[in-house]
Amino acid sequence: MTKVSNVVDDAGAQYLLRLGDACLVLSHRLSEWCGHAPMLEEDLALGNIALDLLGQARALLTRAGQLQAQAGGPALDEDQLAYLREERHFLNPVLMELPRGDFAFTQTRNLMVACWLLPLWDRLRASSDAEVAAIAGKAVKEVQYHQQHAADWVVRLGDGTEESTRRMQAALAQLWPYVGELFASDDIDAAAQASGLGPSWAELRDDWDSAMAAVLAEAKLPRPQDTPHVYAGRRGVHSEHMGHMLSTMQMLQRTYPGGVW
Amino acid sequence: MSINQQTGAQEWPLWEVFVRSKAGLDHKHCGSLHAPDAPMALQMARDVYTRRQEGVSIWVVPSSAIVASDPGEKSMYFDPMEDKVYRHPTFYDLPKELDHM
Repeated sequence: MTKVSNVVDDAGAQYLLRLGDACLVLSHRLSEWCGHAPMLEEDLALGNIALDLLGQARALLTRAGQLQAQAGGPALDEDQLAYLREERHFLNPVLMELPRGDFAFTQTRNLMVACWLLPLWDRLRASSDAEVAAIAGKAVKEVQYHQQHAADWVVRLGDGTEESTRRMQAALAQLWPYVGELFASDDIDAAAQASGLGPSWAELRDDWDSAMAAVLAEAKLPRPQDTPHVYAGRRGVHSEHMGHMLSTMQMLQRTYPGGVW
Repeated sequence: MSINQQTGAQEWPLWEVFVRSKAGLDHKHCGSLHAPDAPMALQMARDVYTRRQEGVSIWVVPSSAIVASDPGEKSMYFDPMEDKVYRHPTFYDLPKELDHM
């Protein structure tokens, strides 16, 4: 097997990979529900959302590979980026890679991610990169539905039975420490903002806060306290769960290199 | 409060799903599903029955709201129509201009 030089170092490509990896990794976590959701209808709903996110990831990884090639790097396609990168070269926030947890955990995370993706995709429609703007135009409609579906579940479970409320509060408490990373910004963000490729993630915080506050109020769930630690998944520093997830996700391509359908 | 809590039911209520296709004028019955309430039933109908672009509009109706004829009364209900072919408009000449009736 030839070793692919899969380090993406172009700033624009990295900016897109952070988002693309976020979509890819959450898509994989949601795909783990296939056949395990509490009921058939929701099994399909989670599968649909996973496939929407996978479509977004494919487009973004493809575009990131092209930007990297334009910057003089190796020409990497979506499969090479998804299946042949090492853990340290994945740039998704840690939030997305956490194990799927119970149904309350999954719906709470889906809501958090949708409330973040929506303002991000909305701004990316005005990207200076026409390709990214086109991907965003399609993605924003998909994510609107993801947000509504997750919000409806959060309200039902938060304001549901004693057990569902307890599980929702536990999920919020577990997930909240990972939120800060969604709004951290660094030189990659600054470069994207300067070139018009996309917004700095820090800019999304107000939209996220107000969207989440509205749902949590309706669900009668208290908003957890913010925590100071900021995870660094988008710089390649992942949790203990990431490697295990990748070993499953990449297994086929690494066992049968170059294998296609 | 969900319907489950109101009724004490263990299983979610059943809903009938009607979908209108892009070219179609009417909503056609396409199946049923379980959902906790009406908004969720609509979302689930979308996820279960329109994932291959089958529709542009969905109705969901609680199955319990449908009043159905009794299969046991089928002969009483429908057999008497068997020998009343004269109810079809085929026993008189139509003006030519009508063409397809």
